[in-house]
Amino acid sequence: MSSVMPKEYYRVLEELQTVDFVLLELSLYLDTHPDDPHSLAQVQQFHLRRQGLVQQFETHFGPLLEYAHSPTTAGWPWAETPWPWQV
Amino acid sequence: MDSQWRTYTPYSSPLDPCPPRPKAYIVPPNQYVVFQPRGLRQFAPREALKRGTLWPELYSPYEYGGRGGGRR
Amino acid sequence: MKVSKCDPRLAKSLIEQYGGADGELAAALRYLNQRFTIPDKIIGLLTDIGTEEFAHLEMIATMVYKLTKDATVEQMEVAGLGGHLADHGFDLYYHNAAGNPFTVTYVTAKGDPIANLYEDIAAEEKARATYQWLIDMTDDVDIQDGLRFLREREVIHAIRFREAVELLKGFQEEKKVF
Repeated sequence: MSSVMPKEYYRVLEELQTVDFVLLELSLYLDTHPDDPHSLAQVQQFHLRRQGLVQQFETHFGPLLEYAHSPTTAGWPWAETPWPWQV
Repeated sequence: MDSQWRTYTPYSSPLDPCPPRPKAYIVPPNQYVVFQPRGLRQFAPREALKRGTLWPELYSPYEYGGRGGGRR
Repeated sequence: MKVSKCDPRLAKSLIEQYGGADGELAAALRYLNQRFTIPDKIIGLLTDIGTEEFAHLEMIATMVYKLTKDATVEQMEVAGLGGHLADHGFDLYYHNAAGNPFTVTYVTAKGDPIANLYEDIAAEEKARATYQWLIDMTDDVDIQDGLRFLREREVIHAIRFREAVELLKGFQEEKKVF
C-alpha cells in the first residue's frame, strides 16, 4: 500500500513519541531515584497527556498495541499498513 | 572544539607514510556523574526527544566532522 | 525515523549496531538475561533498559531497511553487499559490518552483580564509540540525527548503570556526593 499518510498522522505520532520519551527518561531516573516526589508528579502529569494522545491516535489511525490490547473496532486493522518503519 | 573533547599527538616519524593528523577523543558527562542529583533543569519535551536526554547537564554533543573533517 | 537518501553503502556499516558485538541485540539480550539474578532493586532498571534496546534495534533496522529498500542489485554490489544479497537478498540479517554472524558469546553473565554491571557500563561506552564512527561516516543529516540520539542514550544508560553500582555498594543514603 502506498497511500500517503495525512499530516495529522505524523503530528500525533511525533507528539506521542515526545511524551513517551519524557516518560522513558523519567522511568530510568526513577529506577535509581524511586523516592523523588517531583519526578513522580511529573510522571503522573505526562501519563495523563499520553492517554489523551493514544486515544486520539487509535481513533484515527488504528491500534498501537498488539494482541487486541488496544480498543477493538470493526475489522482487523492490525493487518493493515503502514508500520512505523514504513512511514 | 567542545569542552568534552581531548586531543593528543602521537610521536611522528619522518618515515611515516601518511601526513600526521591530530588525534582526539570525547569524554562524555557520564564520566563525572556518580549519582545524578535531584532537580536538574530539564529540556522542553520536544528538545529532549531531539537530543536524546531530558537533562542538559547529561547531554553530550557529537557533531559530524567534530573529530576533524567527518568523512575523510 | 527519517532517512534522506538511498545509500546501501551506509547500511553495510550500520548493520554493526544490529548484529555486532556491541549492537542493540547484544545489549537487549545481555540486560534482560542478567535481570533474573541481579539484586531486586536493580531488576526494574535492567528490564527498562533491556526493553529500550529492542526499540533501538527497531530504529537501526528501520534505517537499514530504508537505505536499501529500493536499491538496485548493481547498487548493492557496488556497496559491497553482493555477498549479503547472495545469502539474504534484501532481508536484514543479524551480522556485523564485516559480515560475521551474531553470536551469543558477545553477551556475558558472570554470576556477580558488580562484574555484570561493569560489563554493562563497558558495553554502553563501546556502543557510544561505534555510533561516533558511524556519524563520522555519513553526511545524511537525518541519519546523523538518529545516530546522535542513539549515542546520547548510551551516555544516559552508562550513568544509570553507574548509579546501580552505587546502589549495590550501599551508598544510596549519600546521593549528594557533589
